Amino acid sequence: MDLYTIAFYLFAFITLGSASIVVFSKNILYSGFSLLFTFFGVAGLYVLLMADFIAITQLMIYVGGILVLVLFGIMLTTKVINVDMRSGTFQTLPAVLVVAALAGTLIGIFWTTDWRISPEAAGFEKTASKIGEMLLSSYLLPFEVASVVLLVALVGAAMIARREK
Amino acid sequence: MEAFQNLGFWGTLLVTVVLSALPLVFILLYALVTIYLEMKVAAHVQDRLAYMRTGWHGVLQPIADFIKLLQKEDIISSAADRKLFILAPYIVFMGTYGAYAAIPFSSIFIGSNIDLGAFFIVAASSLVVVGILMAGWASNNKWSIFGAVRSAAQMVSYEIPTALAILVGVMITGSLNLQEVTKFQAGGIQDWVIFGGPLPLLQKILITPFTVITFLILFVASLAEVNRTPFDLPEAESELVQGFFTEYSGMRWALFYVAEYANMFLVSAVVVSFFLGGWGSPFGSALSGPIWGLFWFILKGMVLIFLQIWLRWTLPRLRVDQLMYTSWKVLTPFLFVCIICIGLILVL
Repeated sequence: MDLYTIAFYLFAFITLGSASIVVFSKNILYSGFSLLFTFFGVAGLYVLLMADFIAITQLMIYVGGILVLVLFGIMLTTKVINVDMRSGTFQTLPAVLVVAALAGTLIGIFWTTDWRISPEAAGFEKTASKIGEMLLSSYLLPFEVASVVLLVALVGAAMIARREK
Repeated sequence: MEAFQNLGFWGTLLVTVVLSALPLVFILLYALVTIYLEMKVAAHVQDRLAYMRTGWHGVLQPIADFIKLLQKEDIISSAADRKLFILAPYIVFMGTYGAYAAIPFSSIFIGSNIDLGAFFIVAASSLVVVGILMAGWASNNKWSIFGAVRSAAQMVSYEIPTALAILVGVMITGSLNLQEVTKFQAGGIQDWVIFGGPLPLLQKILITPFTVITFLILFVASLAEVNRTPFDLPEAESELVQGFFTEYSGMRWALFYVAEYANMFLVSAVVVSFFLGGWGSPFGSALSGPIWGLFWFILKGMVLIFLQIWLRWTLPRLRVDQLMYTSWKVLTPFLFVCIICIGLILVL
C-alpha cells in the first residue's frame, strides 16, 4: 500500500459514498449538496490519472457552475412556492430496463478494454499547452462549433428571461 | 517536495502532512495581525483610537478575542438543518485553504508547483460559493438565505472579470504556473506586468495603459470575490444583520471569519503574483533570495490588504443592481477591449 493506492481508495470512497447519498436521499437538497463531494472525488481520480487539466476543469465547471445552478434551482422552488421537494421512486420498470442496459454497456467496456494499470505507464507531463495546441489545430472545428452552441444557448436564455417586456 | 524523496511510506506521509500544515500556521498568524490592523485602521479613519488597554496600543486584543471565541458556547438553533449547518464552515474553509496549495510564497516554498496554478486557484475558490449557500440554507433564517443568494450571485458574476483579468496576465507572461509567472517579472519593479513586463520599449509603452487598467479591474473584482466593501452586500450589517453567518457563533463563526481573511490574502496573492512581481524584489537582484522573497511577497500582499481595509472605511456600499451593472456592463467590456488590444500589441 503506497500513498497513491490509499489516495485512490479514498477518492473512490468519497465518490461512491456521496453518489449513493445523491441517489438514495429523500431530501433533494441533500442530494444536491452531496453532488459536491461526488464531483470533488471524481476530480481527485482525474488527478491520480495524471489529467490535471481535466481535474481542475471538473471543479471549475461542475462545482463552480452547474452545482451552484442546481442549488439555486432547488432553493428558489422549495420555499417560495411551498412545494415539498422530495424524491421518491416512480416508473420502476422502465428505470430498471434503462439502468440494466447502461450497466451492461459499461461492464462490457470495462471487460473488453486493454487497461494500462500502472501509474508510470503514462507518466506525468504538462497537459495544458498540448490541449491548447490540439484545440487550435486538429480540433478547431469542434471547438468553434461548441462555442457557437454555447453562444446560442446564452442568447436563448436572455430571450426567455426578457420575454415579458 | 523534490528534496524529500526516498523517505519510505511513513516519511512521505509525515512530510506531506507537515508541509500542508505550513500555510495554516501562516493563515492563523496573518489573521491575528490583520484583525488588529482592521480595527486600528477603522478607528483612525474615523478619528478614534480603538483598543488601547490590552498591551501596548492594544496589540494583545486579537489574542484575547481568540481566547474568548474558544470559550463560547456552541449554539445550533433548533430549526436549523443540523448536518448542513455543521458542515458548511468546513467547506468554506476547505475551498480557501485548498487554493493556498498553489500560492508561491517564495522561490522555494510553494505547496504544489503545478503547471496550472492560476486555473487551480480560480477553480478551488468556487467551493466557497457552495459552502456559503449551504450555510445560508441550513441556518433557516431569511437574512441568511438572502445573504447566501446574494453572495452566490455576486461571486459567480465577478468570477468572469477575475478570470478574464488573470487571462491577460497569462497572455503576457505566457504561463499558468505562478512560479513561472513570477520568474518572468524577476528584473525588478520596471519588469512587473503592471508596467508592461520585460518587453521591448515600444511594446512596453503601448501596453502599459492596458495593463494598469487590467490591474485595477482585477483588484476591484477581487474585492467583490471576497465580499469586501463596497461589495459587502452578502453581509450588509444594516440590512441583513450578518448575512449568511447570522446564526453562527463561537468557533464555527470564527472559521468563517478566518476563511474570509484567508480569502483576502489569497486574492491579493493572485494580484501580486500576476501584476506586482510576486516574490521578486523590486530592486532586481538586490535583496532577493528565498527568505527575502517571502518578505517581499507578504509585504506586497499586506499592502493590498491595507488598501482593502482602507476602502472598506471610505466607500459606501453598492446596491444590488449597481453591483451587477459594475460587473457586466463596466468591468467585463473594458476587459474585452484590454484583451484584444494587448493581444494585438503582443503580436507586433
